Amino acid sequence: MTPPDVNVIHNIGYRHYDGPRLGRAYARRSLFTQSLRGAYGLGRSAKSKVLPMILLAVMCLPAGIIVAVAVVSKADDLPVDYTRYAIYLQAVIGLYTAAQAPQSVSLDLRFKTTPLYFSRPIETTDYVAAKFAAMASALFLLTAAPVVILYAGALLAKLDFVDQTAGLAQGLISVALLSLLFAGIGLVLAALTPRRGFGVAAVIAVLTISYGAVSAVQGIAYDQDNTEIIGWLGLFSPITLLDGVQTAFLGATSSFPGAHGPDGGAGAVYLLVALGLIAGCYGLLVRRYRKAGL
Amino acid sequence: MGCATNVEHVTVIATESLSKRYPRVTALDRLTVDITPGVTGLVGANGAGKSTLIKILLGLSPASEGRARVLGLDVATEGNAIRERVGYMPEHDCLPPDVSATEFVVHMARMSGLPPSAARERTADTLRHVGLYEERYRPMGGYSTGMKQRVKLAQALVHDPQLVLLDEPTNGLDPVGRDEMLALIRRVHTDFGISVLVTSHLLGELERTCDQVVVIDGGKLLRASSTSDFTQATASLAVEVTDREDALLELLSEAGLAVRAEGVLLLVDMDPERGDRTYDTVRDAVAELGVGMVRMEQRRHRIAEIFRTGPADGTGTADPHRQEGVNHDAA
Repeated sequence: MTPPDVNVIHNIGYRHYDGPRLGRAYARRSLFTQSLRGAYGLGRSAKSKVLPMILLAVMCLPAGIIVAVAVVSKADDLPVDYTRYAIYLQAVIGLYTAAQAPQSVSLDLRFKTTPLYFSRPIETTDYVAAKFAAMASALFLLTAAPVVILYAGALLAKLDFVDQTAGLAQGLISVALLSLLFAGIGLVLAALTPRRGFGVAAVIAVLTISYGAVSAVQGIAYDQDNTEIIGWLGLFSPITLLDGVQTAFLGATSSFPGAHGPDGGAGAVYLLVALGLIAGCYGLLVRRYRKAGL
Repeated sequence: MGCATNVEHVTVIATESLSKRYPRVTALDRLTVDITPGVTGLVGANGAGKSTLIKILLGLSPASEGRARVLGLDVATEGNAIRERVGYMPEHDCLPPDVSATEFVVHMARMSGLPPSAARERTADTLRHVGLYEERYRPMGGYSTGMKQRVKLAQALVHDPQLVLLDEPTNGLDPVGRDEMLALIRRVHTDFGISVLVTSHLLGELERTCDQVVVIDGGKLLRASSTSDFTQATASLAVEVTDREDALLELLSEAGLAVRAEGVLLLVDMDPERGDRTYDTVRDAVAELGVGMVRMEQRRHRIAEIFRTGPADGTGTADPHRQEGVNHDAA
């Protein structure tokens, strides 16, 4: 760069930057990394680390205990399926989503940091994609870690390798889908309001109320021996939706009353609804931020 | 590309009949202006279209009609490239309180495309240049307004842009902080060689800092000229005496000064040829009349002043209807 005026020598230590500028894809990646770290409180204050770390420990602890018991008692199978573990601990996953999804997007809205992002070489879709991917990855870490612990324990307990590896693969696919689903729902709700508290409450409410309502109605249907409808009711809450998908395709036993999960055909509907929901959440987020501009 | 901004007589921003219409309001109305390298003040009352213009210049909001180029790049099609070379400091607060200035500015540098090591290095440099030292490792929630403004400026400068757009950078600062910020903005150009577009609703504070001033109102260009033109045209002296204002007005007019009454005040235009001797003329006239002088002070130049004197050169197009409106607002 030419100095501002060739006749004047400035020596105040300001150095121009002549190095590479890595552009849009790199910026998107940087935002992803920063958001993923932020989801576990890294790069933020000590206070922000407490909750996500506790929840991660709570997720892993039962897996550790199960593994210890299995190894010591020389059991011939793990007491919990890989696909079932996340369903048992759905409350913890819900809590994590409720705490961290607002942390990821509400704070940018509340402190009006979003204009700074959009004044840089990224587009709305880059911001949304990076935040979405980061939240889903954070949830995947949270849900996949205990599944991997279970697998390691199963191998230590000298259980059948092929069986366990197949189970692990199914479990990982299941939690990946769950992560995308929860990340989408959590982020859409959190992005509605710059108030973090409202975001937390909204995510908890949507996750627990929908699950509670679906379970209650399924229970009533079971009492009245209306088994067919049980399978369809599961479409109306995120966790039962996932349960349906993995019952149909990932060899899981259904946790619906009387294990009346959907079969192949209904399962396809479940899968379509799940994927549609994820895509819909992404679309809503893009729409939400298109207006956020400066 | 790099030297384009620094060559004399090259425009950093050029708009051509730029308009932005919303369903109910016209935010920009056929704005045509060329902005050359240096520090440029963009002056207008709230709602005059300053922020809309910045949005369009960053390629974030499409213009309804007309064209604009920033650093030679078209805002409609090359927004990404523009935002890589331009820095932006928003008017409002934009800093997360639980992150340190260093963490934050490093992140923003990476968002501009700087590799990790360069981002860290330039963050340390830039924060030092804006005057933040040990406190940069503390969470920003505890910063004073002045420190926050410095971080906001730092994040706009960290990727070494060729042009920075500063939206009301002195907002919320006390007089000392205001002066420091203005001096810093001046240095951004003189020491760092970065062109600056700075908005304000106070013309007075910009004329000390800027090389040229662009005045817009109601989305229209009122005037664009170098600051020295403005000062000559608008500098005036407010004089208040205890009695016989009419006689004083007559006396001063006879002495060859342009004087007009405004309530109890007499507004005396500073005569560029006379310079500081204008004060002497006023003093002598007051003494001759034998009345008491309550005050004699330099007028803060407000937008209203320009409207009263009208455009001095042909670069601006002033709408008489508009002038009245703003005069009224400012009064």
